[in-house]
Amino acid sequence: MWDYSEKVLELFYNPINQGTIDDPAEPDVAVVFGEVGSIACGDALRLHLKIQPSTDSILDARFQTFGCTSAIASSSALTEIIKGRTLDEALHITNQDIADFLGGLPEAKMHCSVMGQEALEAAIYKYRGIEVEHHDDDEGTLVCACYGITEKKIRRAIAENDLTTVEQVTNYVKAGGGCGSCLANIEDLIVDAQESAETVRAAAELAVAREQRSQEAAAPTPLTNLQKITLIQQVIDKEVRPILIADGGDVSLHDVEGDRVLVKLQGACGSCASSTETLKYAIEAKLKDLVLPSLVVEAI
Amino acid sequence: MVTYLDNNATTRTDPEVLAAMLPYLSELYGNPSSMHSFGGQAGAAIEAAREQVASLLGAEPTEIIFNSCGSEGNNTAIHAALAAQPEKRHIVTTAVEHPAILAVCKHLEKRGYTVTYLSVDGRGELDLLELEAAMTGGTALVTTMYANNETGVIFPVEQVGEIAKAYGATCHVDAVQAVGKVPINLATSTIDLLTLSGHKLHAPKGIGALYVRKGFRFRPFLLGGHQERGRRAGTHNVPGIVALGKAAELAQAHLAHVKREAELRDLLEYGILATIPDTVVNGGGAPRLPNTTNIGFKYIEGEAILFMLNREGICASSGSACTSGSLDPSHVLTAMGLPYTILHGSIRFSLSRYTTEAEIRQVLTVMPDIVERLRAMSPFNNDQAEWLQERDLAVAT
Ligand code: FES
Repeated sequence: MWDYSEKVLELFYNPINQGTIDDPAEPDVAVVFGEVGSIACGDALRLHLKIQPSTDSILDARFQTFGCTSAIASSSALTEIIKGRTLDEALHITNQDIADFLGGLPEAKMHCSVMGQEALEAAIYKYRGIEVEHHDDDEGTLVCACYGITEKKIRRAIAENDLTTVEQVTNYVKAGGGCGSCLANIEDLIVDAQESAETVRAAAELAVAREQRSQEAAAPTPLTNLQKITLIQQVIDKEVRPILIADGGDVSLHDVEGDRVLVKLQGACGSCASSTETLKYAIEAKLKDLVLPSLVVEAI
Repeated sequence: MVTYLDNNATTRTDPEVLAAMLPYLSELYGNPSSMHSFGGQAGAAIEAAREQVASLLGAEPTEIIFNSCGSEGNNTAIHAALAAQPEKRHIVTTAVEHPAILAVCKHLEKRGYTVTYLSVDGRGELDLLELEAAMTGGTALVTTMYANNETGVIFPVEQVGEIAKAYGATCHVDAVQAVGKVPINLATSTIDLLTLSGHKLHAPKGIGALYVRKGFRFRPFLLGGHQERGRRAGTHNVPGIVALGKAAELAQAHLAHVKREAELRDLLEYGILATIPDTVVNGGGAPRLPNTTNIGFKYIEGEAILFMLNREGICASSGSACTSGSLDPSHVLTAMGLPYTILHGSIRFSLSRYTTEAEIRQVLTVMPDIVERLRAMSPFNNDQAEWLQERDLAVAT
């Protein structure tokens, strides 16, 4: 006896959204269905969608399913998940989303969730006028003749569900469950996927490393003394003096000793002690901000 | 309370059987191989059980070897038959055998043996002409089941044995499903080796027996002890053997009343066919066990039916792929060439002497609604629809 989650049994015994959708022939409503599987395979799903073309979204969804307990529950779950979504959102739904909605499926039953995802895709492609068959042909080499499973479908299942064993692939998409002559090819696809995942990971690591390096390059490297003095001179000339001159005063750089900036205040300002303090701090703030935070200004 | 209609899978231990074996699980724990009278008591119980089993089969006590289960019996029989004529490298069996036979044959194919798998027709029956044609002077063994576990279809084992004998081959019969359900008389039989299993006839699990015709050059499978006159090593399962003996005795008595099981089975079968459209009895046209029916419900899937039944407390089984966790439907129904519309939606009900009419009526009450609900969900509902691809209607291969 399968160990089904409560949600699976609930949706099996009391399925939601079972049935078909009649075309109401109303403006801004389109009805379409997509199907996967066949009676020969042992499970089949016909998914009916009511679509609002103006918003490109799913108004309603119904299912008809030939299959086991988890196939029926997966179909019902799918209709619940997609209602109200836009078609683009719906296309991003994976079989794992369906399994999660159900509180998990037994490994050997994961293909039921894959069937749901495929029927959804079939219905949306049909609505958009994309030939699924054509769409598949590019990488559509048949890997498992017993179940008519293409390389593309296997690669997708491996990638979306992080499959690492042939047994898992059989559980998810059935490939390899018949005569078994395709098992070695499935193994190859898994190794392939792992290698390319490895490449992606390595590339990502490389990118991160490069990013780090460029950030380091951008970070302030310690200034030489000459650079520091030149910068201080520039800031005083461009940012400080014009304001002081406008007020009838002036400032000149006398010397730099380490972080001590020695300046000579002149003119109107020089006579007033309190304004000297104010001025000192104003200049210091500018220099801290634009040159080095550790600088202190001293008036001589 | 459960309505248990899965007796071909296993049966309930009969209370009388349990009572008979209990002392050997407690105070009478002696080892029959010991040289004291305490052990000797157990030894006497074993010999009594041997007589009971022999009597059920119309055999002599010395022709009975106790072992652990049907699979052991089948493995031992094949091994013994091949060891008896080591120069012969050909085996004949059928496509619908239990895995305990098929897996061994597949294994032997890798070891240089040639195996012929006889086909069955749409009713699950063998073609004896096909058997004749398959036989060669190099055939060491013909092994077929007495009755099929899924459909209950009975094979003409005596005629199979005659053909085997004509070619000098050993005839082994896997009678796990038949013993206790049909009268068997090995005294006048062409069968050399016959397998039976305790838990299919109201003894507990873990006990079985192999019949070996007197004079057959038997080679043991399990070595290491002198038990069973050196033909099966291993300390005797005394409680199990006592239980099997008692179960055999009860089964023999029950054979006179087995007709009642057939009547209840027919009630179930006719009731379902009459109230639910698009149903068929798989193997219905062939001679069958009195307790078994296998019914195909078109356009729906077997596991879903089982879960619906389970909610009603009804236990049955299905050969559907989804039930077993394999992806392929029953190899038996597939070999019968049934269309896919039936293949995935077949349910086996197997009765026992405990089955009551009330239980059958309960199934008849709930079944129409279950089928209707599942069919309402199914995108398939007739054989003409455009969705039905040619291969779906074609016989499976
Ligand atoms: S080709 Fe994949 S299982 Fe047969």
